[in-house]
Amino acid sequence: MKRKYLKLDKVEGSIIELSNTHSIGYSEIAEIEDQFGNKMVGRVIKIDGDSVVVQVFGSTMGIATDNTKVTFKGKPFEIPLSKEILGRTFDGIGRPMDGGGDIYSEKTYNVNGRPINPVSREYPRNYIQTGISSIDGLATLIRGQKLPIFSGAGLPHNQLAAQIVRQAKIKSESGSDNFSIIFAAIGVKHDEAFYFQETFRKAGVLDRVVMYINYADDPIMERIITPRCALTAAEYLAYEENQHVLVIMTDITSYGEALREVSSLREEVPSRRGYPGYLYSDLAELYERAGMIKGKNGSVTLIPILTMPNDDITHPIPDLTGYITEGQLVLSRDLYLKGIYPPINVLPSLSRLMKDGIGEGFTREDHPEVANQLFSAYSKVQDIRALAQIIGEDDLSERDQKYLKFGDEFEKRFVSQSFTENRDMMETLDIAWDLLKLLPREELDRLDQKLIEKYMK
Amino acid sequence: MSELTGKIKSINGPVIIGDNMTGFKMREMVVVGPKKLIGEVISIDGDTGIVQVYEETEGLKKGDEVVSTGKPLSLKLGPGMLGNMFDGIQRPLKKIRADHGDFIPEGIGLISLDEDAVWEYKLLVKPGDKLTGGQIFAQVQETQLIVHKLMVPVDISGKVIWTNEMNKGTINDTIIKIEDKDGNIHDIKMYQEWPVRNPRPVEKRLEISKLLVTGQRILDVFFPIAKGGTTAIPGGFGTGKTMLQHQLAKWSDADIIIYVGCGERGNEMTEVLEDFPKLVDPKTNRPIMERTVLIANTSNMPVAAREASIYTGITMAEYFRDMGYDVAVMADSTSRWAEALREISGRLEEMPAEEGYPAYLPTRLAQFYERAGYVRTLSGEDASVTLIGAVSPAGGDFSEPVTENTKRFVNVFLGLDRELAYSRHYPAINWMESYSGYTHMIKDFYEKELDVDISNLREKMLGILFEENKLQEIVLLVGEDVLPDDQRLILEIAKVLKIGFLQQNAFHKDDAFVPLKKQYEMLKTMELLYDRGLSAVKKGIPISRVRNGETYEEVIKLKYTIPNDDISKIKEVNKMINDFYDKLESEYSK
Repeated sequence: MKRKYLKLDKVEGSIIELSNTHSIGYSEIAEIEDQFGNKMVGRVIKIDGDSVVVQVFGSTMGIATDNTKVTFKGKPFEIPLSKEILGRTFDGIGRPMDGGGDIYSEKTYNVNGRPINPVSREYPRNYIQTGISSIDGLATLIRGQKLPIFSGAGLPHNQLAAQIVRQAKIKSESGSDNFSIIFAAIGVKHDEAFYFQETFRKAGVLDRVVMYINYADDPIMERIITPRCALTAAEYLAYEENQHVLVIMTDITSYGEALREVSSLREEVPSRRGYPGYLYSDLAELYERAGMIKGKNGSVTLIPILTMPNDDITHPIPDLTGYITEGQLVLSRDLYLKGIYPPINVLPSLSRLMKDGIGEGFTREDHPEVANQLFSAYSKVQDIRALAQIIGEDDLSERDQKYLKFGDEFEKRFVSQSFTENRDMMETLDIAWDLLKLLPREELDRLDQKLIEKYMK
Repeated sequence: MSELTGKIKSINGPVIIGDNMTGFKMREMVVVGPKKLIGEVISIDGDTGIVQVYEETEGLKKGDEVVSTGKPLSLKLGPGMLGNMFDGIQRPLKKIRADHGDFIPEGIGLISLDEDAVWEYKLLVKPGDKLTGGQIFAQVQETQLIVHKLMVPVDISGKVIWTNEMNKGTINDTIIKIEDKDGNIHDIKMYQEWPVRNPRPVEKRLEISKLLVTGQRILDVFFPIAKGGTTAIPGGFGTGKTMLQHQLAKWSDADIIIYVGCGERGNEMTEVLEDFPKLVDPKTNRPIMERTVLIANTSNMPVAAREASIYTGITMAEYFRDMGYDVAVMADSTSRWAEALREISGRLEEMPAEEGYPAYLPTRLAQFYERAGYVRTLSGEDASVTLIGAVSPAGGDFSEPVTENTKRFVNVFLGLDRELAYSRHYPAINWMESYSGYTHMIKDFYEKELDVDISNLREKMLGILFEENKLQEIVLLVGEDVLPDDQRLILEIAKVLKIGFLQQNAFHKDDAFVPLKKQYEMLKTMELLYDRGLSAVKKGIPISRVRNGETYEEVIKLKYTIPNDDISKIKEVNKMINDFYDKLESEYSK
């Protein structure tokens, strides 16, 4: 018989404290029942002598120190998982919310997971064609990679993610039923969640999608659990059911804010901008769950989306994310205002795993050098545009004018493509060669002579 | 000694507070709870003690036991480290995988070197020999590349009274017995233990005088790293810190590489594990993995062990140094280590200094970097530990506390630049911000290797790059065309230097590593191009003629066209340059 505690010492925000407890484990799950019989879940976040601090995933409204029952479960936060989760929708802490009934499984999984042993990891090398030139050509997505989208409020990151989901060739060669998509919505608006649902339905993949949804008006504390539920499900599908799993997570900024809120309630010493000192470790616990394991056929590819407050890439959340993830896709408001979709600013965008997954035997032999040349040329375009603003375009040298032309065409023909346009890798590279023709030959210092002869027609 | 047992009173993440802990020692290793998690005492106050736990504390309860081990956090130093990957407290990850599967659980216990492996050893002493601490008594061919020298623990000296003539055994077998002057007999095994937080003693420190040859042009010529020196590589994300660290681990001419992946990505460690066994050391034709030890505490592994991982790495480095080797430690990244300090400090509710970092951050950084050095070891050999630490400044801003304080204690500063990285100029080392304090100390080394003093050439070429930086500001305002021709020549030559010399392609077979001699000759050719160009400009020849596309292209592509093993072809390029300008000048003098 589990002990029931009927008296709380303190209620503050979503944190409750109680004393005179017995034999409670750190990180253990608690069930909190308010006076009307509503049940909520909480987790032990501190033990100090006989008193424990519990973080409640839910609203503490109406809770008084003497009208609430707390029971401790003696185990960490776990969710049941089986193949039945495919096609289902859950709330932010893993409870079914689609009316489809509970998931019955003998196996339950701790949502915190465990770190993958670096010795067990398989280095990701197979690229995923997204059909989007700026990604495929310049920041190639690799199966098992974690590649976030850095966006800003109002930019079309959701469309981009939807287009990736629709076009990505994540299916493996051997069969088509070994891929699945996990969508974790962390503090998103109802219409955003609905947009994704519609996208999945239109793409005809709804029965391969698992959704974990915490709406913007749901309890903030649940947000800390939502991505963990999603990643636990992803690991299960990848390593036990041999699925290639694409996890889309939005919005990590909401997650970070939830973490900050808990931290300030706990009166912890803040580091940058009030975020807790462990923000890096905490984000890493999420992101590092992407990957591949030797001897397993599945993989977890992670695309977190985060909106940079004030479009500031040095804000702690994008900053720390960039240090953990294997690159980033950065959306630019300037390009968006120019009417370019997808507004991916290729210069700060990067895929760290790309170097081992492109070129001969993967995409095409010219890919690495072409990408390199495009980066170098487009970064010169930026300097020349700055110069043109001062001295005017007409006074630019002939070479600089060619660069300007190249810059505009690059944005119009390479970066820009329609929401439904699905370009294959060869098409992307051919467009690139076409654009490089606009530049004087001696400017192509990153390209091998042989490649120029072969591909520049 | 009797085992002491405390009881857990409170738990907060990786920090626990125990009661009944009188008698526990500061920095002592302890075993916590029923799962036997490993921890370390970090403060004692009366009967209570604070312990940082190196594993996940989920499920620990109030009242669980904290058991003393009587010794500080130590490493077992002996054969079996090379080619292996360990976690932050020297537990072998391969064995953990074999025993526990693909995910790392908690409660693995204390394991380190393989105790079953049998090593063949060759005795170098006989009964009757006198030995002092740190002297070498036997050696083991640990890998084909490296001879592991077995040393007498530093606190033992005396007469050898027995030697084990089996010539092979496990690390737990006694190899020799030593009787000290008080008549105590010590069993000396293949391994010795050493507390990670204490530097290992040396005979004396020596002056730094040798270049750590890295084969990276911008380093070896412009910002040299010295054997026994300290280097910091700060850079925002995506600027190529890890790539540069990997390049140094692959190509630098240290005998042993200790690579500490501290709070970084799991895939990066996997990459090293996959790449290094395939890369062959040109001198010995053996995989460079045979000289490498990896320490991995990836960003999702417990944070307290991250704090320890740096010390584990440097202690192993000192141990190999004591055998007479030149050891280089790559720590990627020291910022994660500092953040681990901050996190633990926060949980201890200490008063924070800058940006939440504890006030003792500079002290700890200094203690760490001071463990580098060029020394005479106790066994009388000259050897070194070189420290190369990556720094990951928040927001890419070098004025944050970790970068600022690191700068005070290192001699080489290689600032990585986001703009350069965006234009895929790698290595993205900013030549305006970076510096090396070793250039004058290792002057003689260049003279010995190249028969010339390169400082003049270095200064001249850096001067061109600095000048170009100033001119670019003007160009941004008024455009290039209005500059006088000699200044435009500077711009052109700087471009050649940037693309042809500073940029280096880590994936090209001839460019990944470049011998010092070729680096020097390349730079000489670029100097020639400048000198001849300048004298032509002074004779009134317009820049459009002086800057000859074909000649310039040939110089830019030197790095690819001149094979590393035969650099004589560079003379042809020099001749081409001279011929071109001779012809040009005679054309104009008519």
